[in-house]
Amino acid sequence: MNFKALTAIASALTLSASFVAAGGADDDTLVVNDEISIVTKAAAPAHMADAVDEVISGWHFRTDETQSLQADDFDNPGMLFVEQGLDVWNTADGSEGKSCADCHGDPEESMVGVRTVYPKWNEAAGEVRTLQMQMNDCRENRMGAEAWKYDKADAINVEAMIASVSRGLPMNVAIDGPAAATWEQGKELYYTRTGQLELSCANCHEQNFGNYIRADHLSQGQINGFPTYRLKNAKLNGVHSRFKGCVRDTRAETYKPGSAEFVALELYVASRGNGLSVEGPSVRN
Amino acid sequence: MASGVKPRVKVPKKAAVGEAITIKTLISHKMESGQRKDKSGNIIPRSIINRFTCDFNGENVIDVTLEPAISTNPYLEFQATVPSEGEFKFTWYDDDGSVYDAAKKIAIG
Repeated sequence: MNFKALTAIASALTLSASFVAAGGADDDTLVVNDEISIVTKAAAPAHMADAVDEVISGWHFRTDETQSLQADDFDNPGMLFVEQGLDVWNTADGSEGKSCADCHGDPEESMVGVRTVYPKWNEAAGEVRTLQMQMNDCRENRMGAEAWKYDKADAINVEAMIASVSRGLPMNVAIDGPAAATWEQGKELYYTRTGQLELSCANCHEQNFGNYIRADHLSQGQINGFPTYRLKNAKLNGVHSRFKGCVRDTRAETYKPGSAEFVALELYVASRGNGLSVEGPSVRN
Repeated sequence: MASGVKPRVKVPKKAAVGEAITIKTLISHKMESGQRKDKSGNIIPRSIINRFTCDFNGENVIDVTLEPAISTNPYLEFQATVPSEGEFKFTWYDDDGSVYDAAKKIAIG
């Protein structure tokens, strides 16, 4: 084989490799347990019409092997934590001797659709609250129990359990009315460049989704699949912990999980996924 | 006994005689390898599931030795042919001597 033939083969290989690597979102469809159809692509909500045409779940940016783990609850390692969350739900705690189940009953009835509307304006408290903040409000004021630490074991397990009963329902957080100011703050944060690398959320997840940043396949950064089981750390990961990881990767000082800034950002990012199905607990790498 | 250990199995409810069926098993277990150190530098003792077996009506189907490199919550999937109706018995053996088991019946049809 002469040199020219080798070069031809090499360039053919590079060409096909670049086609594979160019990636983007694939066209697979996700049905969980052969019964819950998941909407993983939807028309973009009105407020982001000039940014993207279509919102796409992070599921589309993963390999077929990772994707398939989410199609069956037996294969989905996140469901182990959902079971633990259910145990916590049914266990009495605190000075009142009450469990979540004593008031809320069976989560498969009482908690359906709850995940789709959070973060949500709480009129009595006068603030936007995430699901975990609301859970802690219950624990402190109704159960007389200690608040859970943000994104830590019990909190994230129960959050995943509450998300799991809403799988297939579309995300639908309210961004108007009293939540509007928080939403605007979240939007500001989304487009603000941070850190030594001077990257905003939008630089990667709006302008470059589908491309690679070194070996990582950039998604739109949707949070409909949270809490997410990540293969890299074999546990559930919360939205705020993920935000923290991203901000840290821009080489910035990060906000804390549970901080007002991350609550605002969660509301804004959740609103960017309005229309996508709840997937939590999803499986990602 | 290691905490939070819970075995799970998935076996079809029925199969044809001689049909190869897929069996999925998973046990939640931390599978501590014995290679890691805690914050003060002491080795965290090994604590893993070291053996898994599956029997069908008393006859052995599969017998697996698990090693420390196997990650948390070991998942094992295998195929078995079903000669008649009966019961699959699954057994996991822990380093600490604990034995966890599960059983699933299968019908012919």
